Amino acid sequence: MNDQFSSPMRGIDAEDEFRTKVALAEMLRGGVIMDVTTADEAKIAEQAGAVAVMALERVPSDIRRDGGVARMSPVDKIKEIQQVTTIPVMAKARIGHFVEAEILEALEVDFIDESEVLTPADHAHHIEKSRFRVPFVCGATNLGEALRRIGEGAAMLRTKGEAGTGDVTEAVRHLRLIGTQISELTQAPSEQRMTIARDLGAPYHLVCQVAEEGRLPVPNFAAGGIATPADAALVMRLGAEAVFVGSGIFKSEDPLRTALAIVHATAHFENATELSEASRGLGEAMPGIDATRLPEAERLQNRGW
Amino acid sequence: MEPHLHALHSAGCDPIEVRTPDQLQEVTHLVLPGGESTTLRHLLDLHHLSTTILERVQNGDLALLGTCAGAILMGRDEGEDPQRWSLIDVSVQRNAYGRQIHSFIAPVQWKSGPGSGESEGIFIRAPRLEQPAPEVEILAVCGHEPVAVRQNRCVACTFHPELTADPRVHRWFLGL
Repeated sequence: MNDQFSSPMRGIDAEDEFRTKVALAEMLRGGVIMDVTTADEAKIAEQAGAVAVMALERVPSDIRRDGGVARMSPVDKIKEIQQVTTIPVMAKARIGHFVEAEILEALEVDFIDESEVLTPADHAHHIEKSRFRVPFVCGATNLGEALRRIGEGAAMLRTKGEAGTGDVTEAVRHLRLIGTQISELTQAPSEQRMTIARDLGAPYHLVCQVAEEGRLPVPNFAAGGIATPADAALVMRLGAEAVFVGSGIFKSEDPLRTALAIVHATAHFENATELSEASRGLGEAMPGIDATRLPEAERLQNRGW
Repeated sequence: MEPHLHALHSAGCDPIEVRTPDQLQEVTHLVLPGGESTTLRHLLDLHHLSTTILERVQNGDLALLGTCAGAILMGRDEGEDPQRWSLIDVSVQRNAYGRQIHSFIAPVQWKSGPGSGESEGIFIRAPRLEQPAPEVEILAVCGHEPVAVRQNRCVACTFHPELTADPRVHRWFLGL
Protein backbone atom coordinates (compact mmCIF):
# COMPACT_ATOMS: atom_id res chain seq x y z
CA MET A 1 0.00 0.00 0.00
CA ASN A 2 1.58 3.33 -0.96
CA ASP A 3 1.35 6.57 1.02
CA GLN A 4 -1.43 8.07 -1.03
CA PHE A 5 -3.75 5.29 0.08
CA SER A 6 -2.57 4.51 3.59
CA SER A 7 -5.41 6.68 4.90
CA PRO A 8 -7.75 7.46 2.04
CA MET A 9 -10.39 9.07 4.28
CA ARG A 10 -7.90 11.60 5.62
CA GLY A 11 -9.27 15.09 5.23
CA ILE A 12 -12.55 13.94 3.70
CA ASP A 13 -15.27 16.49 4.37
CA ALA A 14 -18.69 15.69 5.82
CA GLU A 15 -20.46 16.15 2.52
CA ASP A 16 -18.13 13.74 0.68
CA GLU A 17 -18.41 11.27 3.53
CA PHE A 18 -22.21 11.31 3.22
CA ARG A 19 -21.88 10.76 -0.54
CA THR A 20 -19.76 7.65 0.01
CA LYS A 21 -22.44 6.36 2.38
CA VAL A 22 -25.27 6.92 -0.10
CA ALA A 23 -23.08 5.47 -2.88
CA LEU A 24 -22.87 2.13 -1.07
CA ALA A 25 -26.67 2.15 -0.69
CA GLU A 26 -26.88 2.84 -4.46
CA MET A 27 -24.71 -0.22 -5.13
CA LEU A 28 -27.19 -2.43 -3.28
CA ARG A 29 -30.11 -1.34 -5.48
CA GLY A 30 -31.91 -4.17 -7.23
CA GLY A 31 -30.54 -6.69 -4.75
CA VAL A 32 -31.55 -8.72 -1.71
CA ILE A 33 -30.15 -8.24 1.80
CA MET A 34 -30.61 -11.36 3.90
CA ASP A 35 -30.82 -11.80 7.68
CA VAL A 36 -28.33 -14.42 8.86
CA THR A 37 -27.57 -15.72 12.34
CA THR A 38 -24.56 -17.98 11.66
CA ALA A 39 -21.51 -18.18 9.41
CA ASP A 40 -23.11 -21.11 7.56
CA GLU A 41 -26.22 -19.07 6.80
CA ALA A 42 -24.03 -16.21 5.60
CA LYS A 43 -22.30 -18.57 3.16
CA ILE A 44 -25.67 -19.76 1.83
CA ALA A 45 -26.79 -16.13 1.41
CA GLU A 46 -23.65 -15.21 -0.54
CA GLN A 47 -23.93 -18.34 -2.67
CA ALA A 48 -27.53 -17.43 -3.50
CA GLY A 49 -26.46 -13.99 -4.74
CA ALA A 50 -27.34 -11.73 -1.77
CA VAL A 51 -25.90 -8.19 -2.13
CA ALA A 52 -25.32 -8.02 1.63
CA VAL A 53 -26.13 -9.86 4.82
CA MET A 54 -27.57 -8.60 8.10
CA ALA A 55 -25.89 -10.29 11.04
CA LEU A 56 -28.20 -10.84 13.98
CA GLU A 57 -28.65 -13.11 16.95
CA ARG A 58 -32.19 -14.29 16.14
CA VAL A 59 -34.37 -13.68 13.10
CA PRO A 60 -37.40 -11.43 13.75
CA SER A 61 -39.95 -14.29 13.92
CA ASP A 62 -37.92 -15.88 16.74
CA ILE A 63 -37.58 -12.54 18.52
CA ARG A 64 -41.35 -12.16 18.25
CA ARG A 65 -41.94 -15.68 19.59
CA ASP A 66 -39.39 -15.53 22.43
CA GLY A 67 -40.21 -12.05 23.72
CA GLY A 68 -37.83 -10.51 26.27
CA VAL A 69 -35.21 -7.92 25.35
CA ALA A 70 -33.64 -8.14 21.90
CA ARG A 71 -30.16 -6.56 21.67
CA MET A 72 -27.28 -6.06 19.26
CA SER A 73 -25.85 -9.35 17.98
CA PRO A 74 -22.90 -10.74 20.00
CA VAL A 75 -19.59 -9.35 18.71
CA ASP A 76 -18.09 -12.80 18.14
CA LYS A 77 -20.98 -13.77 15.94
CA ILE A 78 -20.55 -10.65 13.79
CA LYS A 79 -16.82 -11.29 13.43
CA GLU A 80 -17.47 -14.89 12.48
CA ILE A 81 -19.85 -13.78 9.75
CA GLN A 82 -17.40 -11.09 8.53
CA GLN A 83 -14.72 -13.75 8.20
CA VAL A 84 -16.68 -16.05 5.91
CA THR A 85 -18.23 -13.52 3.50
CA THR A 86 -16.84 -10.99 1.06
CA ILE A 87 -20.14 -9.12 0.59
CA PRO A 88 -21.08 -6.22 2.90
CA VAL A 89 -22.04 -7.18 6.45
CA MET A 90 -24.67 -5.10 8.21
CA ALA A 91 -25.72 -5.35 11.85
CA LYS A 92 -28.54 -3.96 14.00
CA ALA A 93 -28.30 -1.57 16.92
CA ARG A 94 -31.22 -0.74 19.22
CA ILE A 95 -33.02 2.53 18.55
CA GLY A 96 -31.15 5.27 20.43
CA HIS A 97 -28.36 2.94 21.58
CA PHE A 98 -25.41 4.93 20.31
CA VAL A 99 -22.91 2.80 22.22
CA GLU A 100 -24.00 -0.35 20.43
CA ALA A 101 -23.52 1.66 17.23
CA GLU A 102 -20.00 2.70 18.32
CA ILE A 103 -19.15 -0.94 18.92
CA LEU A 104 -20.45 -1.89 15.48
CA GLU A 105 -18.43 0.94 13.95
CA ALA A 106 -15.29 -0.34 15.68
CA LEU A 107 -16.02 -3.76 14.15
CA GLU A 108 -16.17 -2.01 10.75
CA VAL A 109 -19.58 -3.36 9.80
CA ASP A 110 -20.54 -1.89 6.42
CA PHE A 111 -23.98 -0.56 7.46
CA ILE A 112 -25.73 -0.18 10.81
CA ASP A 113 -29.48 -0.75 10.96
CA GLU A 114 -30.99 1.29 13.81
CA SER A 115 -33.82 -1.16 14.08
CA GLU A 116 -37.26 -1.42 15.65
CA VAL A 117 -36.84 -5.20 15.53
CA LEU A 118 -34.62 -4.85 18.60
CA THR A 119 -35.99 -3.49 21.88
CA PRO A 120 -35.56 0.31 21.84
CA ALA A 121 -32.98 1.71 24.26
CA ASP A 122 -34.33 5.26 24.09
CA HIS A 123 -37.96 6.15 23.55
CA ALA A 124 -37.31 9.84 22.91
CA HIS A 125 -34.15 9.96 20.79
CA HIS A 126 -32.76 8.16 17.80
CA ILE A 127 -29.00 7.89 17.27
CA GLU A 128 -27.25 11.01 15.93
CA LYS A 129 -26.11 9.16 12.84
CA SER A 130 -24.20 11.98 11.14
CA ARG A 131 -21.36 11.72 13.66
CA PHE A 132 -20.55 8.15 12.56
CA ARG A 133 -18.36 7.18 9.62
CA VAL A 134 -20.33 3.99 9.07
CA PRO A 135 -23.57 4.56 7.15
CA PHE A 136 -26.96 3.89 8.77
CA VAL A 137 -30.23 2.51 7.49
CA CYS A 138 -33.45 3.20 9.40
CA GLY A 139 -37.05 2.11 9.13
CA ALA A 140 -39.85 4.50 8.23
CA THR A 141 -43.61 4.16 8.01
CA ASN A 142 -44.31 7.56 6.41
CA LEU A 143 -42.58 10.54 4.80
CA GLY A 144 -42.18 12.53 8.01
CA GLU A 145 -40.42 9.67 9.75
CA ALA A 146 -38.24 9.08 6.67
CA LEU A 147 -37.11 12.71 6.58
CA ARG A 148 -36.46 12.83 10.34
CA ARG A 149 -34.10 9.87 9.97
CA ILE A 150 -32.32 11.47 6.99
CA GLY A 151 -32.08 14.66 9.04
CA GLU A 152 -30.21 12.64 11.69
CA GLY A 153 -27.85 11.29 9.03
CA ALA A 154 -29.35 8.04 7.69
CA ALA A 155 -27.96 7.17 4.23
CA MET A 156 -30.62 4.59 3.40
CA LEU A 157 -34.23 4.01 4.40
CA ARG A 158 -36.39 0.94 4.48
CA THR A 159 -40.03 0.40 5.24
CA LYS A 160 -40.64 -0.96 8.69
CA GLY A 161 -43.34 -3.30 7.50
CA GLU A 162 -44.13 -5.74 10.29
CA ALA A 163 -41.03 -7.86 10.82
CA GLY A 164 -41.26 -11.55 11.62
CA THR A 165 -44.84 -12.00 10.42
CA GLY A 166 -44.32 -13.18 6.84
CA ASP A 167 -47.18 -10.78 6.02
CA VAL A 168 -46.20 -8.20 3.41
CA THR A 169 -49.21 -5.95 3.95
CA GLU A 170 -47.55 -3.42 6.25
CA ALA A 171 -44.52 -2.99 3.96
CA VAL A 172 -46.98 -2.35 1.13
CA ARG A 173 -48.86 0.19 3.21
CA HIS A 174 -45.65 2.07 4.11
CA LEU A 175 -44.39 2.13 0.52
CA ARG A 176 -47.72 3.35 -0.83
CA LEU A 177 -48.07 5.99 1.85
CA ILE A 178 -44.57 7.42 1.28
CA GLY A 179 -45.20 7.41 -2.49
CA THR A 180 -48.51 9.26 -2.08
CA GLN A 181 -47.02 11.79 0.34
CA ILE A 182 -44.14 12.54 -2.06
CA SER A 183 -46.49 13.06 -4.98
CA GLU A 184 -48.75 15.35 -2.90
CA LEU A 185 -45.72 17.33 -1.82
CA THR A 186 -44.44 17.83 -5.36
CA GLN A 187 -47.86 19.12 -6.42
CA ALA A 188 -48.36 21.50 -3.49
CA PRO A 189 -47.70 25.23 -4.04
CA SER A 190 -44.27 26.16 -2.68
CA GLU A 191 -45.71 28.45 0.01
CA GLN A 192 -47.26 25.37 1.69
CA ARG A 193 -43.91 23.67 2.27
CA MET A 194 -43.37 25.05 5.78
CA THR A 195 -46.88 23.97 6.79
CA ILE A 196 -46.23 20.53 5.35
CA ALA A 197 -42.90 20.38 7.21
CA ARG A 198 -44.75 21.23 10.43
CA ASP A 199 -47.47 18.64 9.82
CA LEU A 200 -44.99 15.91 8.90
CA GLY A 201 -42.63 16.86 11.73
CA ALA A 202 -39.85 16.88 9.13
CA PRO A 203 -36.86 19.19 8.53
CA TYR A 204 -37.92 22.06 6.23
CA HIS A 205 -34.85 21.86 3.95
CA LEU A 206 -35.51 18.18 3.27
CA VAL A 207 -39.20 18.85 2.56
CA CYS A 208 -38.08 21.45 -0.03
CA GLN A 209 -35.56 19.04 -1.54
CA VAL A 210 -38.14 16.26 -1.95
CA ALA A 211 -40.66 18.76 -3.39
CA GLU A 212 -38.15 19.80 -6.04
CA GLU A 213 -36.66 16.40 -6.90
CA GLY A 214 -39.83 14.31 -6.54
CA ARG A 215 -37.96 11.57 -4.74
CA LEU A 216 -36.28 10.81 -1.42
CA PRO A 217 -32.66 12.00 -1.19
CA VAL A 218 -31.47 8.46 -0.29
CA PRO A 219 -32.50 5.01 -1.57
CA ASN A 220 -35.59 3.47 0.00
CA PHE A 221 -35.71 -0.31 0.34
CA ALA A 222 -38.51 -2.61 1.48
CA ALA A 223 -38.42 -4.66 4.67
CA GLY A 224 -40.79 -6.35 7.08
CA GLY A 225 -42.86 -9.40 6.14
CA ILE A 226 -41.39 -10.30 2.75
CA ALA A 227 -41.61 -14.11 2.52
CA THR A 228 -41.87 -15.20 -1.14
CA PRO A 229 -40.42 -14.28 -4.55
CA ALA A 230 -43.79 -12.76 -5.41
CA ASP A 231 -43.67 -10.57 -2.27
CA ALA A 232 -40.21 -9.34 -3.28
CA ALA A 233 -41.40 -8.48 -6.79
CA LEU A 234 -44.50 -6.76 -5.42
CA VAL A 235 -42.54 -4.33 -3.26
CA MET A 236 -40.13 -3.66 -6.14
CA ARG A 237 -43.10 -2.86 -8.38
CA LEU A 238 -44.33 -0.44 -5.73
CA GLY A 239 -41.06 1.49 -5.96
CA ALA A 240 -38.76 -0.15 -3.42
CA GLU A 241 -35.17 -0.08 -4.71
CA ALA A 242 -34.05 -3.31 -3.02
CA VAL A 243 -35.39 -5.86 -0.56
CA PHE A 244 -34.52 -6.95 2.97
CA VAL A 245 -35.62 -10.49 3.78
CA GLY A 246 -35.53 -11.55 7.41
CA SER A 247 -37.26 -14.68 8.59
CA GLY A 248 -38.55 -15.44 5.07
CA ILE A 249 -35.43 -17.32 4.00
CA PHE A 250 -34.07 -19.27 6.94
CA LYS A 251 -37.55 -20.08 8.31
CA SER A 252 -38.62 -21.57 4.98
CA GLU A 253 -38.48 -25.29 4.20
CA ASP A 254 -35.52 -24.97 1.79
CA PRO A 255 -33.49 -21.81 2.60
CA LEU A 256 -30.99 -21.99 -0.30
CA ARG A 257 -33.72 -22.51 -2.83
CA THR A 258 -35.88 -19.74 -1.35
CA ALA A 259 -32.88 -17.41 -1.26
CA LEU A 260 -32.02 -18.11 -4.92
CA ALA A 261 -35.65 -17.63 -5.91
CA ILE A 262 -35.99 -14.28 -4.11
CA VAL A 263 -32.77 -12.99 -5.72
CA HIS A 264 -34.05 -14.13 -9.12
CA ALA A 265 -37.45 -12.49 -8.56
CA THR A 266 -35.97 -9.21 -7.33
CA ALA A 267 -33.72 -8.92 -10.40
CA HIS A 268 -36.57 -9.74 -12.79
CA PHE A 269 -39.42 -8.11 -10.88
CA GLU A 270 -41.19 -6.85 -14.00
CA ASN A 271 -41.09 -10.11 -15.93
CA ALA A 272 -43.95 -12.50 -15.06
CA THR A 273 -42.39 -15.41 -16.96
CA GLU A 274 -39.22 -15.11 -14.90
CA LEU A 275 -41.27 -14.75 -11.72
CA SER A 276 -43.24 -17.91 -12.38
CA GLU A 277 -39.94 -19.69 -13.07
CA ALA A 278 -38.49 -18.35 -9.80
CA SER A 279 -41.58 -19.47 -7.86
CA ARG A 280 -41.45 -23.13 -8.90
CA GLY A 281 -40.74 -26.01 -6.52
CA LEU A 282 -40.05 -23.93 -3.45
CA GLY A 283 -41.69 -26.00 -0.73
CA GLU A 284 -43.32 -24.33 2.25
CA ALA A 285 -42.79 -20.64 2.87
CA MET A 286 -42.32 -19.51 6.47
CA PRO A 287 -45.45 -19.83 8.62
CA GLY A 288 -47.21 -16.46 8.72
CA ILE A 289 -49.09 -14.24 11.13
CA ASP A 290 -51.81 -11.82 9.95
CA ALA A 291 -50.10 -8.52 10.76
CA THR A 292 -53.36 -6.54 10.94
CA ARG A 293 -54.57 -8.72 13.84
CA LEU A 294 -51.55 -8.12 16.04
CA PRO A 295 -52.29 -6.34 19.33
CA GLU A 296 -50.86 -2.77 19.47
CA ALA A 297 -48.16 -3.78 21.97
CA GLU A 298 -46.79 -6.42 19.59
CA ARG A 299 -46.53 -4.13 16.58
CA LEU A 300 -42.79 -3.52 16.07
CA GLN A 301 -43.47 -0.71 13.60
CA ASN A 302 -44.72 1.49 16.47
CA ARG A 303 -41.24 1.55 17.98
CA GLY A 304 -39.34 4.76 17.21
CA TRP A 305 -41.15 7.89 15.98
CA MET B 1 -27.94 0.13 -12.99
CA GLU B 2 -29.92 3.38 -12.97
CA PRO B 3 -26.99 5.78 -12.53
CA HIS B 4 -25.37 4.14 -15.58
CA LEU B 5 -28.57 4.51 -17.62
CA HIS B 6 -28.65 8.17 -16.65
CA ALA B 7 -24.98 8.65 -17.57
CA LEU B 8 -25.49 6.93 -20.94
CA HIS B 9 -28.47 9.21 -21.63
CA SER B 10 -26.32 12.25 -20.85
CA ALA B 11 -23.65 10.85 -23.18
CA GLY B 12 -26.21 10.90 -25.97
CA CYS B 13 -27.52 7.36 -26.37
CA ASP B 14 -30.77 5.57 -25.65
CA PRO B 15 -29.78 2.68 -23.35
CA ILE B 16 -31.72 -0.48 -22.47
CA GLU B 17 -31.42 -2.70 -19.41
CA VAL B 18 -29.99 -6.12 -20.21
CA ARG B 19 -31.31 -8.97 -18.08
CA THR B 20 -32.07 -11.66 -20.69
CA PRO B 21 -30.22 -13.19 -23.68
CA ASP B 22 -32.61 -11.46 -26.13
CA GLN B 23 -31.83 -8.05 -24.67
CA LEU B 24 -28.11 -8.82 -24.84
CA GLN B 25 -28.37 -9.39 -28.61
CA GLU B 26 -29.70 -5.86 -29.08
CA VAL B 27 -26.64 -3.99 -27.78
CA THR B 28 -23.20 -3.08 -29.18
CA HIS B 29 -21.84 -1.62 -25.93
CA LEU B 30 -22.46 -3.19 -22.54
CA VAL B 31 -21.88 -1.69 -19.08
CA LEU B 32 -21.27 -4.08 -16.18
CA PRO B 33 -22.37 -2.07 -13.15
CA GLY B 34 -21.01 -1.92 -9.63
CA GLY B 35 -22.53 -3.71 -6.70
CA GLU B 36 -21.20 -7.03 -5.53
CA SER B 37 -19.27 -9.14 -8.03
CA THR B 38 -20.62 -12.36 -6.49
CA THR B 39 -24.18 -11.13 -7.07
CA LEU B 40 -23.42 -9.87 -10.56
CA ARG B 41 -21.80 -13.16 -11.51
CA HIS B 42 -24.77 -15.05 -10.10
CA LEU B 43 -27.29 -13.06 -12.15
CA LEU B 44 -25.18 -13.35 -15.32
CA ASP B 45 -24.98 -17.11 -14.90
CA LEU B 46 -28.70 -17.47 -14.28
CA HIS B 47 -29.32 -16.97 -18.00
CA HIS B 48 -25.91 -18.04 -19.29
CA LEU B 49 -25.24 -14.43 -20.28
CA SER B 50 -21.54 -14.82 -19.43
CA THR B 51 -20.88 -17.21 -22.32
CA THR B 52 -22.54 -14.95 -24.87
CA ILE B 53 -20.77 -11.87 -23.55
CA LEU B 54 -17.38 -13.58 -23.74
CA GLU B 55 -18.00 -14.90 -27.25
CA ARG B 56 -19.13 -11.53 -28.53
CA VAL B 57 -16.21 -9.67 -26.91
CA GLN B 58 -13.73 -12.15 -28.35
CA ASN B 59 -15.29 -11.71 -31.81
CA GLY B 60 -14.80 -7.96 -31.46
CA ASP B 61 -18.57 -7.59 -31.59
CA LEU B 62 -19.21 -6.09 -28.14
CA ALA B 63 -17.51 -3.31 -26.16
CA LEU B 64 -17.49 -3.61 -22.35
CA LEU B 65 -17.23 -1.03 -19.58
CA GLY B 66 -16.97 -2.49 -16.08
CA THR B 67 -17.12 -0.33 -12.97
CA CYS B 68 -16.09 -1.69 -9.57
CA ALA B 69 -17.73 -5.17 -9.44
CA GLY B 70 -17.85 -5.18 -13.25
CA ALA B 71 -14.11 -4.45 -13.37
CA ILE B 72 -13.46 -7.38 -11.04
CA LEU B 73 -15.12 -9.85 -13.42
CA MET B 74 -13.08 -8.55 -16.37
CA GLY B 75 -9.69 -9.09 -14.73
CA ARG B 76 -7.16 -11.89 -15.01
CA ASP B 77 -8.31 -15.29 -13.76
CA GLU B 78 -6.16 -16.23 -10.78
CA GLY B 79 -8.42 -18.90 -9.35
CA GLU B 80 -10.54 -16.66 -7.11
CA ASP B 81 -14.26 -16.76 -6.59
CA PRO B 82 -16.15 -15.43 -8.50
CA GLN B 83 -14.19 -16.63 -11.50
CA ARG B 84 -12.71 -13.84 -13.66
CA TRP B 85 -13.04 -13.53 -17.42
CA SER B 86 -9.41 -12.61 -18.27
CA LEU B 87 -10.54 -9.96 -20.75
CA ILE B 88 -8.05 -7.48 -19.35
CA ASP B 89 -4.66 -8.85 -18.33
CA VAL B 90 -4.53 -7.25 -14.90
CA SER B 91 -4.86 -8.66 -11.40
CA VAL B 92 -7.91 -7.22 -9.61
CA GLN B 93 -7.94 -7.42 -5.81
CA ARG B 94 -11.44 -7.26 -4.30
CA ASN B 95 -12.14 -4.88 -1.38
CA ALA B 96 -8.48 -3.90 -1.50
CA TYR B 97 -8.89 -0.74 0.55
CA GLY B 98 -11.04 -2.41 3.24
CA ARG B 99 -14.65 -2.23 4.30
CA GLN B 100 -17.12 0.63 3.79
CA ILE B 101 -15.50 2.80 6.47
CA HIS B 102 -12.50 3.08 4.11
CA SER B 103 -14.53 4.13 1.06
CA PHE B 104 -13.39 7.52 -0.19
CA ILE B 105 -13.61 10.26 -2.82
CA ALA B 106 -10.35 11.39 -4.43
CA PRO B 107 -9.26 13.06 -7.67
CA VAL B 108 -8.49 10.83 -10.65
CA GLN B 109 -5.91 11.97 -13.27
CA TRP B 110 -6.67 10.92 -16.84
CA LYS B 111 -3.68 9.99 -18.99
CA SER B 112 -5.53 8.98 -22.13
CA GLY B 113 -8.89 7.73 -23.28
CA PRO B 114 -11.70 10.09 -22.23
CA GLY B 115 -9.27 13.01 -22.14
CA SER B 116 -6.64 14.62 -20.00
CA GLY B 117 -7.16 16.41 -16.72
CA GLU B 118 -8.88 15.48 -13.53
CA SER B 119 -12.21 14.04 -12.53
CA GLU B 120 -13.80 12.97 -9.29
CA GLY B 121 -13.27 9.35 -8.28
CA ILE B 122 -15.85 7.79 -5.98
CA PHE B 123 -14.32 4.61 -4.56
CA ILE B 124 -16.77 2.33 -2.70
CA ARG B 125 -15.29 -0.83 -1.15
CA ALA B 126 -13.16 -0.55 -4.23
CA PRO B 127 -10.94 -3.14 -5.86
CA ARG B 128 -7.31 -2.42 -6.80
CA LEU B 129 -5.62 -3.07 -10.17
CA GLU B 130 -2.23 -4.72 -9.87
CA GLN B 131 0.46 -5.97 -12.25
CA PRO B 132 -1.05 -4.89 -15.56
CA ALA B 133 0.50 -6.67 -18.56
CA PRO B 134 2.34 -4.45 -21.12
CA GLU B 135 -0.61 -4.59 -23.54
CA VAL B 136 -2.92 -3.04 -20.94
CA GLU B 137 -3.29 0.70 -21.42
CA ILE B 138 -3.44 2.77 -18.21
CA LEU B 139 -6.17 5.36 -18.75
CA ALA B 140 -6.23 7.00 -15.34
CA VAL B 141 -4.44 6.99 -12.01
CA CYS B 142 -5.27 8.04 -8.47
CA GLY B 143 -2.01 8.98 -6.80
CA HIS B 144 0.35 6.47 -8.39
CA GLU B 145 -2.16 3.66 -8.76
CA PRO B 146 -3.93 2.73 -11.98
CA VAL B 147 -7.70 3.05 -11.49
CA ALA B 148 -8.93 2.83 -15.10
CA VAL B 149 -7.44 0.52 -17.74
CA ARG B 150 -8.23 -0.66 -21.22
CA GLN B 151 -7.40 -3.63 -23.40
CA ASN B 152 -8.95 -3.73 -26.88
CA ARG B 153 -12.61 -2.72 -26.44
CA CYS B 154 -12.74 -3.59 -22.75
CA VAL B 155 -12.53 -0.83 -20.14
CA ALA B 156 -12.34 -1.34 -16.37
CA CYS B 157 -12.72 1.41 -13.72
CA THR B 158 -12.33 0.70 -10.02
CA PHE B 159 -14.34 3.85 -9.19
CA HIS B 160 -17.84 4.98 -10.15
CA PRO B 161 -17.95 7.58 -12.96
CA GLU B 162 -21.73 6.96 -13.17
CA LEU B 163 -22.23 8.56 -9.76
CA THR B 164 -20.86 11.92 -10.89
CA ALA B 165 -22.52 14.39 -13.26
CA ASP B 166 -19.60 14.07 -15.70
CA PRO B 167 -20.51 11.88 -18.72
CA ARG B 168 -17.03 11.90 -20.36
CA VAL B 169 -16.20 8.29 -19.59
CA HIS B 170 -19.50 7.01 -20.95
CA ARG B 171 -19.31 9.27 -24.03
CA TRP B 172 -15.79 8.06 -24.84
CA PHE B 173 -16.79 4.43 -24.24
CA LEU B 174 -19.68 4.73 -26.73
CA GLY B 175 -17.11 5.74 -29.37
CA LEU B 176 -15.08 2.53 -28.92
